Amino acid sequence: MADVEISYRPDALAAEDIDAYLDQHQHKSLLRFITCGSVDDGKSTLIGRLLYDSKMIFEDQLAALEADSKQVGTQGQDIDFALLVDGLAAEREQGITIDVAYRFFATDKRKFIVADTPGHEQYTRNMVTGASTADLAVILIDARKGVLTQTRRHSYLCHLLGIRNIVLAVNKMDLVDYEQGVFDDIVSDYRDFATEIGIEDFVAIPVSGLKGDNIIAASEATAWYDGPALLDHLETVGLDYDRRRKQPFRMAVQWVNRPNLDFRGFSGMVASGRIAPGDPVRVLPSGKTSTVQRIVSLDGDLDHAIAGQSVTITLADEIDCSRGDVISAADAPPEVADQFEATIVWMADEPMLPGRPYVMKMATNTMRATITDEKYQVNVNTMERSPGKQLSLNGIAVCNISTDKAVPFTPYDDNPDLGGFILIDRLTNATVGAGMIHFALRRSHNIHWQAVDITRDAHAEQKGQRPKLLWFTGLSGSGKSTIANFVEKKLHAMGRHSFLLDGDNVRHGLNRDLGFTAADRVENIRRVGEVAKLMTDAGLIVLTAFISPFRAERQMVRRMIPEGEFVEVFVDTPLEVAEQRDIKGLYKKARAGELKNFTGIDSPYEEPENAEIRVNTVEMTAEEAAEYIVEQLFTGD
Amino acid sequence: MTDMRTKADPGLTPERLTHLQRLEAEAIHIMREVVAETEKPVMLYSVGKDSSVMLHIALKAFYPGRPPFPFLHIASGWDFQALIEHRDRTAGEHGLELIVHHNDEGEAAGINPFDTGSATYSQTMLTDPLKQALTDHGFDAAFGGGRRDEEKARAKERVFSFRNASHGWDPKNQRPELWSLYNARKNKGESIRVFPLSNWTELDIWQYIHLENIDIVPLYYSAKRPTVERDGLILMTDDDRFRFEEGEQPVEKSIRFRTLGCYPLTGAVESEAADLPSIIQEMLLATGSERQGRSIDKGQGASMEQKKREGYF
Repeated sequence: MADVEISYRPDALAAEDIDAYLDQHQHKSLLRFITCGSVDDGKSTLIGRLLYDSKMIFEDQLAALEADSKQVGTQGQDIDFALLVDGLAAEREQGITIDVAYRFFATDKRKFIVADTPGHEQYTRNMVTGASTADLAVILIDARKGVLTQTRRHSYLCHLLGIRNIVLAVNKMDLVDYEQGVFDDIVSDYRDFATEIGIEDFVAIPVSGLKGDNIIAASEATAWYDGPALLDHLETVGLDYDRRRKQPFRMAVQWVNRPNLDFRGFSGMVASGRIAPGDPVRVLPSGKTSTVQRIVSLDGDLDHAIAGQSVTITLADEIDCSRGDVISAADAPPEVADQFEATIVWMADEPMLPGRPYVMKMATNTMRATITDEKYQVNVNTMERSPGKQLSLNGIAVCNISTDKAVPFTPYDDNPDLGGFILIDRLTNATVGAGMIHFALRRSHNIHWQAVDITRDAHAEQKGQRPKLLWFTGLSGSGKSTIANFVEKKLHAMGRHSFLLDGDNVRHGLNRDLGFTAADRVENIRRVGEVAKLMTDAGLIVLTAFISPFRAERQMVRRMIPEGEFVEVFVDTPLEVAEQRDIKGLYKKARAGELKNFTGIDSPYEEPENAEIRVNTVEMTAEEAAEYIVEQLFTGD
Repeated sequence: MTDMRTKADPGLTPERLTHLQRLEAEAIHIMREVVAETEKPVMLYSVGKDSSVMLHIALKAFYPGRPPFPFLHIASGWDFQALIEHRDRTAGEHGLELIVHHNDEGEAAGINPFDTGSATYSQTMLTDPLKQALTDHGFDAAFGGGRRDEEKARAKERVFSFRNASHGWDPKNQRPELWSLYNARKNKGESIRVFPLSNWTELDIWQYIHLENIDIVPLYYSAKRPTVERDGLILMTDDDRFRFEEGEQPVEKSIRFRTLGCYPLTGAVESEAADLPSIIQEMLLATGSERQGRSIDKGQGASMEQKKREGYF
């Protein structure tokens, strides 16, 4: 390499005067940035170059790199910087970066953490992950290709995640003879697009990752360019934390520190603002007020703390405060709500379904949440909006979301720590989505529970029975309705008060607006669950007969009903048997392709794992099954 | 060895956090999150410099209480004596609940670093007992001192890294980690390795030890020690079990260690650096990366990833 001599050498001072070096290093700030671009744009090469030029590569690594470069490199006898960066074995073989990798380097002014993520559309979730912690984004463009669809996608995602510092690195300038015209045209194209999506400002730099032009120092090859080199800019650009410190004090309580009866401290990371002993504070959602007594630390009490610090504070008054609460400046509390509009990015193979309950984690709060309405999806390539009923992997949509408790929050744009959330699948525990709150929906302030005098216990007592919900689930043709009908007849004969909600019947009325897509099926079950819940509140023994193929929805209904009152009855009939019976002729239609999304044929049935009652209709008649169910129902009552 | 460490000024800037303050705040946040969201956490305590930093941060995170979890040391039986002394003294000083686990069966079967191949040895005396101890005690989360700058496979690992029931890692099936939100929900049989120092570099570690005046095992400081040179590694003859090969004689050399493993397998560097600034200076000017002194990492580029898949921490 011809330009190795210009390598940046932060170690010169270290050799000369280590104490001065340490002093300098300990006062460095931290900048986290993300690089966006595909392999072809030379992203890995650029990062490799930054690591190499800032001397973050040791001799043994360099030797390995040289060996690797000759063996699998794409640069002939030259060093292939990309190999420094591409980590896992699988991707080294395929020549692409698959996941999010973090790299580190430092100059005498700053320490840098680089999130390196792949650029393809199928890796949108990885890019969003990397962007979530970044102060700045470097968007790479191949000078020969100009602004591409992926450039738009990357820019949109960075903007969506709230990154305010955008650098447009027009790379491979060496391949267009460092021509100013090429650079200017690209910058002009990009400006048009950036304005369109709301990016107010960006810095464009002509670079060559391969040759090192304008990476760490101004290049003679681009004499017409008078802006900063990439590293100059990275070293001097403003940080998001500077903004946060100016906002009112807010801290989500992470953990209550209670080592003995005499001490009760509230631990958390300061999300915004500044706090000092004596400051008046308010605890949300309760709204109780107090004043800060101490900011406790191992090195002695602090006289103040600022955004970004992890602290433990004590309050002057004994007020209720626990994990999930937010302590804020008394005169500037955050809003509290349980319904929001938010942008959601979906990260799982299994699609997001409105109505399905998810676990939501926001700041230190964990709650249940459902998407109540998907307003529109955004095409990340064209920015076009379109209606949708579900959201698949890497999809982005603006949705209304509702939580099972009211929580303190700020809009994401004000503070990602109090307005960004993840969604977790309740069965697999995987992180399936991420979201950014725009604002709270008005409704959430207006709907209240009406307290009633005749309680559900009073209703049940009057009927002399314990309310139950017998939830029959099984394939079409398994015998759910038939058996449920027999069970209700027996209950009636025993003088019990019951009601049978049948799947087909409900679809003629309450749910006649719903079809058979996965999203509609979820909504179907949700409504039936709510109706059944009201009926159990009235003291009834409710029987329902729905295929209800998804575990998550059965679980959702189970959660609506008080412990011990939900009885899952699995009508276990093998698919071959049900298909052979085909009482309604539906299997035949489904096999012929006339019926779509038919359970067992082209839509899955997830068997119950721990049903309270299981009946096998191959071994038992419907009457026998009903008798068995009634017997089980009242054992132990 | 005389302690020549200079006391550094903590250097708190009033209105902007330094990168070390941000890294410390992040590590504290991660530790508290684990304590709030898991049932039975444990801190892996290897007694090395990264562990010492983790311990120091844990003391800060839960002050004025003690860290509300035990500390687990996997003793191979071939640990440096100075390390064991440091471990016991530190645990006593801070009132830590220390669990020491050792593979007695492996030892009885004659597994040792001289006769056993390094792969089998470290599997039997380090990896297996670690898995065993985690399983036996039912720990659902274990803090480790791993850093992303150490090795390419680590660069992609999450802060909360899930392991299946046999403690294997699946790099293709990692949960996205956004902002400072960590999903700590486990499936049956799963456990979590948590790396609070993920975003630290070796330089950050040293600088922090210097700034915070953290007590570390004296072996990190240079001193005259008995050594032999073998296969390009300078080994210290730490106790009388060291097996000399023909013609080998212990030679006094001024050495220090950059990493502390089992003493017959851990290479030292020749050095005069007897205080932290000198160590940091040597490190900055060094030409070899940190793990170079560990025979366990030799092999092709992907070997660490392979080990992690199989349960190496």
